[in-house]
Parts: sequence; structure tokens; C-alpha cells
Amino acid sequence: MADPILTLSGISKRFADQEVLHSFDLTIRDGEFFTLLGPSGCGKTTVLRLIAGFEQAQSGSIHLAGEAITALPAERRPVNTVFQSYALFPHMSVFDNVAFGLRMAKVPSVELAPRVFEALNAVQLADFAERRPHQLSGGQQQRVAIARAVVNRPRVLLLDESLSALDYKLRRQMQLELKQLQRRLGITFVYVTHDQEEALSMSDRVLVMDQGRAQQVGTPREIYESPANLFVARFIGEINQFTGRILRPLGDYLYLAEVEGVEKTLRFEQLAEVGDEVHVLLRPEDLRIEYLEDAPSGRKGYVGEVLERNYTGQTLDSLIRLENGHELLASEFFNEDDPDFDYRVGQRVWVDWVEGWEHVLPKESW
Amino acid sequence: MNFRRLAIQLTLTWLTLFVLLPHALVLLTSVLTPDPGQLASYPMTLQAYGRLWDPIYAQAFWQSLWLSACTTLVCLLVGYPFAWSLARTPRVTRALLLFLMMVPFWTNSLIRTYAIKLILGNKGLINTLLQGLGLTDAPIDLLYTPFAVVFGLVYILLPFMVLPLVSAFEKLDPRLLEAARDLGAGPWARFTLVVLPLTLPGVIAGSLIVFLPAMGMFYVADLLGGAKNLLLGNIIKNQFLVVRDWPFGSALSLTLVLLMGLLLWLYARANRHINRRGGLDDSAA
Amino acid sequence: MTRLLKWGLVGGVFLYLYLPIAILVVNSFNSSKYGHVWKGFSLKWYTKLWANEALMQAFSNSLLIATLAASAATLIGTLMAIALYRYAFRGKGLAGGLLFVVMMSPDIVLAITFLVIFIALGIELGFWSLLISHITFCLPFVVVTVYAQLKGFDRYLLEAAQDLGAGEWQGFRHIILPLVRPAVISGWLLSFTLSLDDVIISTFVTGPGFEILPIRVYSMVKVGVSPEVNVLATLLLGLSLALVGIAALIRRTDRPR
Repeated sequence: MADPILTLSGISKRFADQEVLHSFDLTIRDGEFFTLLGPSGCGKTTVLRLIAGFEQAQSGSIHLAGEAITALPAERRPVNTVFQSYALFPHMSVFDNVAFGLRMAKVPSVELAPRVFEALNAVQLADFAERRPHQLSGGQQQRVAIARAVVNRPRVLLLDESLSALDYKLRRQMQLELKQLQRRLGITFVYVTHDQEEALSMSDRVLVMDQGRAQQVGTPREIYESPANLFVARFIGEINQFTGRILRPLGDYLYLAEVEGVEKTLRFEQLAEVGDEVHVLLRPEDLRIEYLEDAPSGRKGYVGEVLERNYTGQTLDSLIRLENGHELLASEFFNEDDPDFDYRVGQRVWVDWVEGWEHVLPKESW
Repeated sequence: MNFRRLAIQLTLTWLTLFVLLPHALVLLTSVLTPDPGQLASYPMTLQAYGRLWDPIYAQAFWQSLWLSACTTLVCLLVGYPFAWSLARTPRVTRALLLFLMMVPFWTNSLIRTYAIKLILGNKGLINTLLQGLGLTDAPIDLLYTPFAVVFGLVYILLPFMVLPLVSAFEKLDPRLLEAARDLGAGPWARFTLVVLPLTLPGVIAGSLIVFLPAMGMFYVADLLGGAKNLLLGNIIKNQFLVVRDWPFGSALSLTLVLLMGLLLWLYARANRHINRRGGLDDSAA
Repeated sequence: MTRLLKWGLVGGVFLYLYLPIAILVVNSFNSSKYGHVWKGFSLKWYTKLWANEALMQAFSNSLLIATLAASAATLIGTLMAIALYRYAFRGKGLAGGLLFVVMMSPDIVLAITFLVIFIALGIELGFWSLLISHITFCLPFVVVTVYAQLKGFDRYLLEAAQDLGAGEWQGFRHIILPLVRPAVISGWLLSFTLSLDDVIISTFVTGPGFEILPIRVYSMVKVGVSPEVNVLATLLLGLSLALVGIAALIRRTDRPR
């Protein structure tokens, strides 16, 4: 495992009388693509601005590569930012924009042009060096902003919702390019976004934040498959939530439980007492649906009625209401062998899941 | 030196020293006793304010108000349709016309007032023209009349009325007029119910920066009005530079400030009425 | 019909604005002293002005004050605009309010506040009192112009510069200054114009040691007719037009390629 490059410990930040971060800790490893993910106002941008040096925390410390940078002004921190609005200098050419940081660092002029063009080449914009920012498209401006930051060879590159101004298709393309660039340069990226899909597809690790607190840190897979709490489960992707009650431990983290009127075996990696309530979480793609008439008679399970069906191109999404009124979202991939596979609205179906695919969390009060 | 500290310190020091402190001193002076030797001295008294009701000054004050009000009205009557016309020309033309409007300002306003004197005099352009056309036999007395003062004040102040009005008309969304028309409003209803209320802040701003300065333009009254058509500015100047009654001069000037406060309050209200912000962000004035 | 009315009105207003100026300019070349009739082209008033030492001195004093006041007001006003735009500090609201007061106050009110403070501080009336008061009454116009321009830019530009290693001074020099250049030029021109145009404030804060144009001209035109004043008006107009031409040229080269 790589060494930590950036450590925030015990950071508290208040604006006026509002506490944005509360004794916040964070460790980012050298060379990783790290994403801060959360709804707007969760404090993720504040974390980024604290690292960049645009804000000062009321307490706590920030270390970069082992050295305290807490008191260092932004212009002397070896980190660079790609701004959400790009913040390209409108009165300078693309070349001068990219050269700005090097000039501030008094890089000798013989070295200047080669390094600027190296950075521009990396984002495929070497031919645009003499243009002004307003003569470029949104995607090109975005690349200039990245080149302007990486040319300084920062220890950490900070990206603040950097793709949010682009349209969907361009955004997907830039996501790929960013990821490739990060691998090629080997620089640590700290990326801020509210888009969970973006976070999962690009990151090595993701921190999910809410209300100024870290909710969970982990790989995209861990975050998606094993959310630490209900907030993370609900924020990342779609989730179906059942309520269960432990009937009897079966050993080896397995429990027999009653889930919405049906007895199921649950895998729950915590100690639970008989009678404890738990949340049973299932992703839409983990649910299995069968025509009622195809199921063997006397089978135990959930019966529901199809309320809506949505064809998305890759999957067939169905909204199903169980007999107890609980509504579920199920998402199934097409079966090549059965192209006619479909449901009617109003049709009655069996709903079930493969045991062991469920994710179980202790009961939360909210 | 730290840039931030320099900028902030300079701002606060300069404004405190040359704006805040002087205003406070004028306020103080107005409640002191006139003293020919030291200009003003203790004890404090409200005597100066009492003299505002002295018939001689009260009458001069009303005359000054009257002249300024006429000036403002003329500026408004000419400036409003003029600004409307300008606002409806293409952007480039408008910029050029506004620029041409400001060109006369580059000769000192005293010299321009002198030029008015040349026009209005007994042997001036107007009288020469009238006599040349045989409309009158003898020159008409234009100079040294209230008319001459208003003529000169309008000449100097008209652009100040036009600028905020143009900016008010520029902010007026033409689609609102279309909407009014669509809803059945005729020309008169469109003007009184849509155009006028929405340009009212411009009208008030323009009136404000014409009416108040007009009261102070002593040199216009001096050159064009003769001894009888005085402005408040003439009285204030006289108190400060000739009679040396500083407390009374200060009190007179504070009435002007009070008037300004009242008009600014009206302006703020009119602005709030149509949901716009004023202050530094609003470069209209 | 309405078109005719509209252009008739616009034409009429411009005639009103330009006629007096035209009379001054034409009469500056008229050999008749009173200028009621054209008596032939002559430059004699120009030579007369040249010979009128007191008037020439006042003219050059006025130009000096206008140049210095415009430059200082532009410098200080730009710093003020930046302070008000960028920083949060105690007294910020007050500063904005005071600038507003200066902008809105009638000249006569400002004039006596200046007179009172110079007497109170023991500053002798003359060059310094004129300069300080001219700087002060020009300030708000520079601040408003520069502030409006700053507001138009991405507010993260300065943070971006800082992020790339620029300190406060470097951010000022490389980012703010080039960006607000058009506003700074407009602010300077406006200040120069306001300073040259001023009569009221100068009348109050002038002193015997340093006479400027309005004071000199006032005594000349109060009683009679002075053709030298026509010449002066023509020269001022020419000078201002030249300045605006230069400013327009600078702005053209400023425009992005």
C-alpha cells in the first residue's frame, strides 16, 4: 500500500455561526485518484479549498508529504487546482495561461516553452497555444485548465466539480481522459463531485460526505456493495430497503430472520440478538422476478403487482408493489435467448433474491 | 508592505480624513457661534438654524428652490423623450450620441456659461436673429432674468438627467410592452401603467442629480441672473467667503444635505417598488 | 411622423448643446472683439492669450491639477475598488456609504466640507488643498467604474493566480491590473474632465498663491467680453478630443486578437 501524501487531522471549519466541518480526518495516498462525493452543502468543496489554502480552518492540521502546510499561504503550497468555472485568465493566450505558474516559480525561460508544450500536448491542445480562452469550446477550456495546473508538477491536483459544466457525452469522454492522464502523470488527484456515477467510474477510492462528516471511505466497489450506513446506501445508486427481525442465529454470521413476513437466511457480519431489527438492502439488479404461473406451487416468497415498466435500452426496470404495500425497483438485463421477455402492467409476479446478495445494516433511528 | 493592508488602510484613511471628518466638522460648525476672528467659536447655539426663517433668507431660499425646480422640470420634459429616443437607437449609434452629448463638458462649465451669456445678451445671437427677421425692433431683455438662469442651468445639467434615464430605458424589457399590448393596453395605458412606473427610478435619480446641484451653481446665477436671481449657492458662498458667518453657511448647506437625504429615500423607495438594488453595484447614476 | 418628431427632438437637443460651443470656437478666429458679426479670420486672440501671462499660468496650473488629480484618483480609486471587491474588513460598509455621499452631494456641499477641513488641519489654501479636494471628488467615479469591471469577471481568477504561485502583489500586477485597464483609462479620463470642469469646489479651496483657470476666467467674464476665453475654450476642446482619441486607440489595441 502506498504511503500517505496528504493528511488532514482534526479539521474544524465554521463560516459565521455555521459549522461546515467538524473534527474532520482524511488520509490520501500517493498516486491515487481520490474522490470527495456528497450532496451540495456537505462540505466537500470546503475540504478542497482548505487543502488549496483558500480557506483557513479554525482548528486541526494539514500535512503534505510529511510537512505541515497548515499555515502556508495558497501561493506557496505545492498543490494546484482545476476550478469549476476553469478561471482561465481572459487577457492571456492559452500559452501564457499555462506558463503563468512556471513564471511565478521563476522557471528559466529555456525550460519554459518546452514544459508548456509538453503540458499542452498531454491535453492535445498544442495547436491552440496562441488562442484566447474565449475562442475555445467548453471542453477545450477544461483541458487548458488541466494543463495549466499539471504543468507545475503539483504533488496533488485538486479538481472542483471540474466536469459539471460539460454536456453528458463530453463529460463521459473527459472522465476517461482524466483517468488516463492521472495514470500517465502519476500525480495524486483529489476530485470533488456530487455525481455518484462519475465518482464510481473514475476513482481508486471514494469518500462519501454528508453534513460535514465523513460517512464512508472505500473503493467504489466497497461503497456500492457494502454501504456503511443508510445515507451511503441511498446516496449511491438505487436501493430497495426491507425491514427484518432476527429470529435465531445460525452461526458463521448467518441468521434466520423474518423479512416483511417471509423467513430468510441473512448474512450479517455483526453480533445480533434475537429480536433485533435490521435493514435489509438490495440493489435493483439483485432482485429476481418470475411470472407467478412459472413458480412452483407452495413456494414461500413475495408476491407483487407490476406498477410500471421502463425500457432503458440495456435493462428492463420494473416498479413492483408488494401485497403489504411496499414498493420495489427491479432492474433486469435482457436475456438474449428470450427476446420477448416482458411484463404487462398489472401482472402479478414473484419477487425474490439470491441468498447472500443482500446487504444488512443495523437499525438506524432515522 | 502587505497589499491587502495597504488597500484597506488607504481606503479607510482617505475617506475618514477627507469625507467623514469634514462632514462632521460642518455639522459642528453649524451649531457654533459666528466669530469674525476665528470663523466659529463656542458656545453652541442653534442661532444659525433660527436665521433660516429670517424672511430675507427664506425668500431667497424659496426663489432658489423655484429656479432649481423649473430647471429640473425642463430637463425632465426635454430629457425624457430624448432619452427614450436614444434608447431605441442601435447600440453603436447610441454610444456615439451619448459620447457627443459629453463632448461640450470638456470646456470648463464656467466658460460654457459665458457662452450662454453671449447668446442671450442684447447683442447676442437670439436678439440679432429676432431683429434680423424683423420680429422685434428693440432687443428683448433675456439676460439677467430668471429665464436666463434656468436656460444656463439646463444647459449644464441636461446630460445628468439624460444618462440615468437612458440607462432606465435600456433596462426596460420591450417584451413587457408587447405583453401589455397583447393584454389590450392602448398607447396611453402602456405609457402610464408600464413605461412610466418602470422608468421612475431613472426619473428620480435624474431629478436628484439635477435639482440639488442646480441649487449650488452660484456662477450661473452670477453671470446670467444678475443681482436679483440668486441661488442657495450664492448665499452659502457669500456667508463663507465674504460675510464670514460660517455657522450660518454650514446650516444652509446642511439643509441641502437634508433635502438630499429626503430625495435619496424617495429614490430607494421607488427602486424597491420595482425590485432593483441600488448602491455601488448600480452604475446608472 | 413619429420618426420625424424623434429625430427633430434629438437634433434640437444637440443644436442646443453645441451652439454655444460653436460660437466660442468660431469667435476665437473672429477678428471682431464682440463677435456679433464676422469680421474676418484672425489668429490675433491666440497671440493675445499667449501674451496674457496670468491667464496662461492659470491654464497650465489647471492642467497640472487635472493631470495630477486624475492620476492620483485613478490610483487610489483602483485600490479602493479592489479593497471593496476582494476583502472583508471593518468599515467596508461605511467606506461604500462615504463614496456614495461624495458622488451624490452637490458640489457646494462638498466645497464647504473641504474648506472647513483644510482650515481645521491648518493646510494652506492653494496647490495642496486644490489637489486633495479634486482627488476626493473624482474618487467615487473611478471606484464605481473599476468596481463594475471587476464584478464582471470570474471571481475565482484571483484564487487561480494564487493557486499558481502568485502573491498579492503579483496577482494585482498580472491579473487585476490588465483586466481593469479599460476601466482605469475611463476612470482617468472622467476624473480629468471633472477636474477641468470644476468651478464651485475650486472657488472655495483656492488660495492666492496658486490660481487656476475658473478663478481667473471668472474675473474676466464677470464684467465684459474676453476673446481670449474663446481661444481657451477652443484649446481645451481640442486637447480633450485628442485625449479621447488616444484613449480610443489604446482600447482598440487592447481588444483581443
